[in-house]
Amino acid sequence: MTAIVSLRNVKKSYLRGKQTVEVLHGVDLEIQASEFLGLMGPSGSGKTTMLNLIAGLDQPTSGEVVVSDKRIDKLSRGALADWRARHIGFIFQFYNLLPVLTAEANVEVPLLLTNLSRAQRRERVQTVLQLVGLADRAKHKPNELSGGQQQRVAIARAIVADPTLLVCDEPTGDLDRQSAEEIMNLLQALNRTQGKTIVMVTHDPRAAEYASRELHLDKGQLAHDARRVA
Amino acid sequence: MKYFSLVWAGLWRKRTRTVFTMLSIVVAFLLFGLLQGINQGFNTVTSNLDVDRLYVSAKTNMTDGLPIAHLNRIKSVPGVRAVSLWTYFGGFYQKAQDPLPAFATDAQQLFSVYKDIKIKPEYLEAMRKTRTGVLLSEQLAKQRGWKVGDHIPVGTSIWTKKDGSSTWDFDIVGTFDVSKYGAGFPAFYLNYDYFNEASAFGQGVVHYYIVGIDDPHQAMRISQQIDALFANSTYETQTQTESALAVMQLKQLGDINFIANAIVGAVLFTLLFLTANTMMQSVRERTAELAVLKTLGFADGKVLLLVLTEALLLCLFAGMVGLALSSLVFETPALRQIFGDDFSMPLVVIVMGAGMALLLALVSGLPPAWRARQLNIVDALAGR
Ligand SMILES: Nc1ncnc2c1ncn2[C@@H]1O[C@H](COP(=O)(O)OP(=O)(O)OP(=O)(O)O)[C@@H](O)[C@H]1O
Ligand SMILES: [Mg+2]
Repeated sequence: MTAIVSLRNVKKSYLRGKQTVEVLHGVDLEIQASEFLGLMGPSGSGKTTMLNLIAGLDQPTSGEVVVSDKRIDKLSRGALADWRARHIGFIFQFYNLLPVLTAEANVEVPLLLTNLSRAQRRERVQTVLQLVGLADRAKHKPNELSGGQQQRVAIARAIVADPTLLVCDEPTGDLDRQSAEEIMNLLQALNRTQGKTIVMVTHDPRAAEYASRELHLDKGQLAHDARRVA
Repeated sequence: MKYFSLVWAGLWRKRTRTVFTMLSIVVAFLLFGLLQGINQGFNTVTSNLDVDRLYVSAKTNMTDGLPIAHLNRIKSVPGVRAVSLWTYFGGFYQKAQDPLPAFATDAQQLFSVYKDIKIKPEYLEAMRKTRTGVLLSEQLAKQRGWKVGDHIPVGTSIWTKKDGSSTWDFDIVGTFDVSKYGAGFPAFYLNYDYFNEASAFGQGVVHYYIVGIDDPHQAMRISQQIDALFANSTYETQTQTESALAVMQLKQLGDINFIANAIVGAVLFTLLFLTANTMMQSVRERTAELAVLKTLGFADGKVLLLVLTEALLLCLFAGMVGLALSSLVFETPALRQIFGDDFSMPLVVIVMGAGMALLLALVSGLPPAWRARQLNIVDALAGR
């Protein structure tokens, strides 16, 4: 197995007023291709911060972030945007769909940045909507869908451009138990059948069960290895 | 183009707000089109009245009149091409409440001075042959339902005839097309010679000599020379160019230019705040959405363009609707009557309007677009 993500001595600090606060204190981490990593930890421990660094949304104060053999910690804002479009699929706690667009238009958004033709984009959108079981809701606006359905649209949007890595920040945080299970089954299926590498932050131990590996972050430090599932 | 759906959806995010903003822009540009169009209309009318014509009237007051003897002396001034005359006849049709502004003139000369009046040569010839003949504008003929060959009695409260009657019998011998000169142009002419013979008094009175000159650049010199001819005589003259005359007559409308620009300026200024506010609010409301777009890989510049395009779409579309509406207004009879049938919304106003809409879009769209560009993803996603 090859590491698809490597963090080497990654530190991240924020300026709060005049004070510099270090949130991550030198994190080392390797994530293998086709892994499903669950990242847990108390609120404020730095989970979102770490996820943002892996996903190229933010840059570390020091240390190296390598994804798919590419150092991304030194890329410019513009280059990072391009890179994200090609490599990362995002799933958020509150779905973050565009409320004015239909489900299919939402799913199409990442494809607008590719040079696929209109017909090709249509086809891909239909395929992934089918995959998440929402082909019949293609024309619905987000506010006409349940939370679970919205999250499935978000998952469709995350995978439509076939990214290297899926990052999920509390994907079930806003869902009831049954919807949460559906979402987790879907993510697990994506991981198992399509070999998608997934990094998921969660507070929910039930959700964490679906991961193939669980890590705990506490006060900006990784408490290595709780469990490994085959 | 593939981003159009994104821009479009963003624009209609708050339907009512967008509709109201659009309506304001439409109304503002309607106003802009109307005022600037009218402005241009007056300019066109006054510049069609070109400076190769001069008007000579009594220095004291136009109504005092000048003797016909001035005619040959004016003709003798170098650079003068042709001289015609107008004597105000007044007149009414059947009852005094139905005025029919008529002028006695030398038709041959008149139509040679006003080169842009269209008349068939045979009508002009008929006028020469028929002492009681009259020529009238097609517009007037249409309005009154008169045609060539009709015989019309015209009453007058000024010019009784030698036979004591105050009704003059005229024969319509021709019509002419005067649309080039706008609706205010005198539309009814009788023969000066006949008038002079038949009138009980006032022989030899001329209210205006209309002087055609060869070279507009000589207008000043010729004016001065004409006035000098009669200086210190009983009948001193005042010679003006036609534009000067028209401008003077339009003065009662006030400084149209200034008023139009002031109103349009004020309206656009207000509009700027309105549109800028709409755009800014709309960008504020979707901080999270814009952050999501950036997360998905939309570069900062692209997000800026998306927002700016929204402003452009809003302003250009609504602006064009407003300008189109104002162009339609210029096709209505009310305005045709003022500016003549040939006149429609000048292209320059449309171009100016489009420029304004563009400027409006840029000025009101750039600040929110810049804000969107600068948006920090991590902070925006966390709601900070
Ligand atoms: N942009 C920022 N500026 C200042 N402080 C920040 C910033 N981003 C994060 N922090 C701080 O860093 C710490 C870690 O934040 P982070 O969002 O990574 O925590 P988390 O583990 O995701 O917590 P939660 O489970 O509540 O989502 C918090 O104390 C937070 O206040
Ligand atoms: Mg978090």
